[in-house]
Amino acid sequence: MSLPQTPSQTVGPFFRPSLCRAGQESLATLETRGERITIEGRVLDGDASPVNDALIELWQANGEGRYDHPEDTQEKLLDPNFAGFGRAATDDSGRFRFHTIKPGPVPGVGNILQAPHINVSIFARGLLKRLFTRIYFPGEAMNDADTVLNSVAPSRRATLIAQAERPGVLRFDIVLQGENETVFFDV
Amino acid sequence: MNTPAGYRRETQGAHPQYDHPPYASTHKRSPRHAPVRLEHTLSEITGPRFAPESVAPADADLTHFDGGAALGERIIVTGRVLDEDARAIPRTLIEIWQANAAGRYAHDEDRHDAPLDPHFSGIGKVITDEHGAYRFMTVKPGAYPWRNHHNAWRPNHIHFSLFGPSFATRLITQMYFPGDPLLAIDPIFNSVPDRTARERLIAAFEIEVTVPEYALGYRFDFVLRGRNVTPTQS
Repeated sequence: MSLPQTPSQTVGPFFRPSLCRAGQESLATLETRGERITIEGRVLDGDASPVNDALIELWQANGEGRYDHPEDTQEKLLDPNFAGFGRAATDDSGRFRFHTIKPGPVPGVGNILQAPHINVSIFARGLLKRLFTRIYFPGEAMNDADTVLNSVAPSRRATLIAQAERPGVLRFDIVLQGENETVFFDV
Repeated sequence: MNTPAGYRRETQGAHPQYDHPPYASTHKRSPRHAPVRLEHTLSEITGPRFAPESVAPADADLTHFDGGAALGERIIVTGRVLDEDARAIPRTLIEIWQANAAGRYAHDEDRHDAPLDPHFSGIGKVITDEHGAYRFMTVKPGAYPWRNHHNAWRPNHIHFSLFGPSFATRLITQMYFPGDPLLAIDPIFNSVPDRTARERLIAAFEIEVTVPEYALGYRFDFVLRGRNVTPTQS
């Protein structure tokens, strides 16, 4: 028996009161194990204008590289102080900010470790379905051999790697269209 | 650990394209590059889970807010969340938001000159039960104008956000009402290419769901992406 999928529709401009709560942009608490990072960036449209009504969601493994999910059966420790999900809406200047920890590497296709990354969903007015991307880390030795990064044209790969802005702070802009358009994935 | 089975891909024609010219906001927000295909790994087959305790029974009842009853026609919206193999998706979070009966959202950016209702927040959430079932009580949202084109009006609709078991199954969509004359000319509804697929976004009126002397009942089921066949254990 096969049922047909329910179609996607835009999140529209009025999602905030339902979907957003203060604190959802902080994935880590004081007790969370791992290297603390702040990720900030802007969402920009094809005119390089800020997108002030985007919803960004993060999903990531903990500092050891384990997802808090029953299908992740790796023998790595779960962290009771880290669930791995975060949510933030962009502000008037298209900015968003998350406080989290750097995830450890998780296995990928063929059980080969992937470079550390954070999974990102982007929803907005004008996006009829979600955009999906990944945030990779600058100066990370595992990036060079990462299957997913290597599946992307070299000229566009840099859009997936956050930039070191200042100590503990990474910058990751999401460009929906145009020059330096972020690489989005078909998931 | 073995490479886990991934989720099925989007069905062709069942979902909008990013660039949909009749919907003006897609023009500068739709990527020009084709998305890069990503084989599913642990990153995509896992996803956030939400504790049933994080949702209160009152969160499913939008008919009362701040000590009073919302204005408008009360309705019940109920259904199940399933995957493509008709398996129930239990304990998954559903969040909703909608305009009030006059067609106005309780949101700072909504400038439509229709009254706010102090007793209607327009937001709700539930977690599906062990059969994947959910039920909201609310009021029927009004139609409202938007500035997409001359004399543009959105049909009555409720926004739904669902997670399902993984990051791959995440879905945000809108539920519409049967017989709405605006559906035929709404660029967002009509962004879904296949007619039969878009009609799946229209709830069904059901007398069995209707509660005597209280509210009309609508049924709306969700089908999230199903699982590929599990690879044989090596």
